[in-house]
Amino acid sequence: VLDRAEQLREMEANILPAFLRLQELTDRNVTVVLLSEIVWELFRPNTGCFEPFTLYFPDYSIGHLQKILSQNHPPEYSADFYAAYINILLGVFYMVCRDLKELQHLAVLNFSKYCEPVVRGEANERDTRKLWKNIEPHLKKAMQTVYLREISSSQWERLQRDDGEPGQLKGLSAHTHVELPYYSKFLLIAAYLASYNPVRTDKRFFLKHHGKIRKTNFMKKHEKTSNHLLGPKPFPLDRLLAILYSIVDNRVAPTANIFSQITSLVTLQLLSMVGHNDQLDGPRYKCTVSLDFIRAIAR
Amino acid sequence: GCFVFKPSPKKRRVSWKTANYFGERNDDSDDTELRFATCQSLWNQIKSETEQIQEDLNKQLFDNLVSFLRQSHSKLQEKTTEWTCQTKTREIPTAALVLGVNVTDHDLTFRSLSEVLQNNITPYIALLEAKDCPGIKNLMQKLMGQLMNCSIDVDSLEDEDYVQVSQSRIRCSMTSLINWYESVTKKKDSETPSKKRTTSSRHLQSPPVVVIFKDMESFTTKVLQDFIVISSQHIRELPLVLIFGIATSPMIIHSLLPHSVSSLLCIELFQSLSCKEHLSTIIDKLLLTAQLPFKLGEKVLQVLINIFLYHDFSVQNFIKGFQLCIVEHFCSQPLSVLCCQLVDVKKRVNSLSHDQCENIRRLPSFRRYVERQVSEKQITLLTEDNFLKEIIQKLLEDLHVYHENYVSVLRCLHVFTSSLPKYPLGKQIRELHCACLENRVWETEEYESSLQLARRLLNKSDLVTMLQQCVEIFVSSSGKEFDKTVEKLKEFLTQFQTLEEAFQERDVSVSSQKELQKKTDLYHLQKTLLELKESRRSKKLTKFEMLRFEVVAYIDSLVRNYLVPADHKTLHEIVYFNTASVLREHLNAAPRIALHTALNNPYCYLKNEALKSDGGSISNKAPDICIAYKLHLECGRLINLVDWLEAFSTVVMSAEGPNADVASSDQVDDIIHARFIRAVSELELLGFIKPSKQKTDHVARLTWGGC
Repeated sequence: VLDRAEQLREMEANILPAFLRLQELTDRNVTVVLLSEIVWELFRPNTGCFEPFTLYFPDYSIGHLQKILSQNHPPEYSADFYAAYINILLGVFYMVCRDLKELQHLAVLNFSKYCEPVVRGEANERDTRKLWKNIEPHLKKAMQTVYLREISSSQWERLQRDDGEPGQLKGLSAHTHVELPYYSKFLLIAAYLASYNPVRTDKRFFLKHHGKIRKTNFMKKHEKTSNHLLGPKPFPLDRLLAILYSIVDNRVAPTANIFSQITSLVTLQLLSMVGHNDQLDGPRYKCTVSLDFIRAIAR
Repeated sequence: GCFVFKPSPKKRRVSWKTANYFGERNDDSDDTELRFATCQSLWNQIKSETEQIQEDLNKQLFDNLVSFLRQSHSKLQEKTTEWTCQTKTREIPTAALVLGVNVTDHDLTFRSLSEVLQNNITPYIALLEAKDCPGIKNLMQKLMGQLMNCSIDVDSLEDEDYVQVSQSRIRCSMTSLINWYESVTKKKDSETPSKKRTTSSRHLQSPPVVVIFKDMESFTTKVLQDFIVISSQHIRELPLVLIFGIATSPMIIHSLLPHSVSSLLCIELFQSLSCKEHLSTIIDKLLLTAQLPFKLGEKVLQVLINIFLYHDFSVQNFIKGFQLCIVEHFCSQPLSVLCCQLVDVKKRVNSLSHDQCENIRRLPSFRRYVERQVSEKQITLLTEDNFLKEIIQKLLEDLHVYHENYVSVLRCLHVFTSSLPKYPLGKQIRELHCACLENRVWETEEYESSLQLARRLLNKSDLVTMLQQCVEIFVSSSGKEFDKTVEKLKEFLTQFQTLEEAFQERDVSVSSQKELQKKTDLYHLQKTLLELKESRRSKKLTKFEMLRFEVVAYIDSLVRNYLVPADHKTLHEIVYFNTASVLREHLNAAPRIALHTALNNPYCYLKNEALKSDGGSISNKAPDICIAYKLHLECGRLINLVDWLEAFSTVVMSAEGPNADVASSDQVDDIIHARFIRAVSELELLGFIKPSKQKTDHVARLTWGGC
């Protein structure tokens, strides 16, 4: 059985056809099963091969998920109790997640909290209403944090034990601010402006005495698509430096430090280099950060 | 063919030690060795201080990481019969370490981290860099190579012979890694306790394998995904822990790894100290201390701080710049032999040569000092060496005392100004220090405004805490003059504590105003308002306000006494380094300016006397490329090659003088043509011109301006 069989496509060209004809080649009673998430049409090699027998598995329905998950109940509690728990869990999470492994994981993580009232003696196994009231806010919080991997599952378990508020623990996406040196900020802003403003507007924005820009027919037709939707456009290095010199208030000396800062921004994946590495005389860059990031930096 | 002949190792070449390079620049050979020794010892002291600071600052982070690893390790060893462990998909414990944009400093951090981990948790640590791992195969090779070397270090102290495993012979796959791990841990189990090294007793039963990704942003997403998916399949046999070194923000994990892969990881976030705080601590310990004799002048400090704040946030570069300042100072200032600890000063002053005494007499600060003395003393100072030496000793001691006092009073002032709104004198102590170094701080506007704010806005509890902090600073300072100051401050504190009665007085004055709010007509209202205004102007200040005023005035007097800028002190040139231009030349490279200087003014680099020329003219002895460059500077956007060639040949041929053969001036000589073409191609390579498609036989000029 070969799992993630789509990787076979990237290996040498003879491996996939060989596996498909393995029974013939080895003269033994052996079957090859390829598991993959991709349809067979994308697997077919150019030189042709022995067509396998394709089996399509549909997604699990909610009933199936319920059955599968309920089978795995812990020995201390009854199957019905666990099945009720799974019902509640699916009710909360089915809209956002249908992956069996994820749901399994979430079920295991939250079960101890669910059992708490029973353990403490406040309710017995059949008091579904009480158990629901206890677990519901907890599951909602889990959806915002553990499912999105904002905090790790071990931190979640610790929180459950200590009964703390998950709001106190800042998740991964709370730390988006990056502290950059002064000129790097300006370089990034200049890169953003260069990527998203068309070249003809440069003269208007950055020079003191600009003329009027006449809209041609071409422009009128294509005005509707916002540049933000189309994504960043590449720009040459000279344009970046020109915009930088015009937005920085005081004189910027063209030292080697500025140029190495541009390359550092590329290493940090805030800018990306477009075009060949060998092209020395006209390196072109593209800005890869979003408007929110730039706004946060510009403050 | 080209053949290399390496020099035979038997012939010993005289290799120049660093000390010889030092002495090369200077003529007084007597003091250079002493200066070099002083310089080296000072630098070693500073280096060990910075390393200590680094360790202390990283301590919190490393402790957190160690406890995280211990905890994750204990989880891995849990009993697998429990229901939760059986059904739960095992995740790889991961630490996301956000280190900051200063990538140059990360290397040091990771090295110290791996040392700490080796001592406390596990010997199996691998550090991976993105440039070594373009594909999953290379990653596995590197990983296995490092891990196997780690285990060799552990075992090498034992008696068994261990065959060095070469990387290429092993097939790098997960199974071989698992087999290796089992073999290594089994070996540990079967050891008798007496053979174990002391460090391995700190390691746990089956130590986790730690893989550190030094620069997470540069890894390709495919490599990371493949590695994580493969390792999570084998997590039960090989306890792996990952550490991601992140420079920007943890969102990079979400952009590099899809949800299916990041769900295999159990990620916790750790943040390291901000680099600005690191810098502040370093400046505090290196410059605002009376123990190190070397100090930086204001301009130089500004240059270094600007490079830090504006360009790269790198503390390592700051320290390197500092080292450069030390070396420059000791190299170029012959009097730096006196820049040493106070205990050695007396000996060195007595052994100063006559030349050195003359050097001292030439110092501008010393000249100012001499002018202030009576005339007989002036003459003896300028002629008698022994008398001069005594005076120098006293002046150096004064300078030392000044430094001690300066530091304490500066900290005290910082305590006051750092709590004012809008921070007129800067929030950090280094900004205050720069302001004080620059000029007399009490004459600046910002100081005035901060005093005004202090007189109006500080409330009682703030003042009390500030005074207490100042008392602590002065008590712990090494200056001996501060006993009276401490007493005065304590007096203020006791006065504040007895101010409870003052509040009642305040209430009385407030109640008198309430009486005036009865019904009155317009005329009476006007009269009462005018009276109120008068009374407010001449209102007696409450006791609290008077006390506050006194405190601020006292602090002001301290500032005026002790925070004199260093430029005004005599003999400051010995310990202060202030030639910022040299520093800027070395640290802030400007390639275009260098190129322009080289081409415009070749004498600067070639030092050929024949090339010395004044600004405008083009010397015909200059190299061809310089002539071509100067000619092209005079042209517009498009340069005609034929005209350029004519001009070039005119300049070159004028060397021959008027006696040259005039007939050949019509037809350009072939050699000159060839030289011209070579010069033009070199200029094209350097990026000054490029072939233009607009007109044939023309090139476009790409650079403008003097630089």
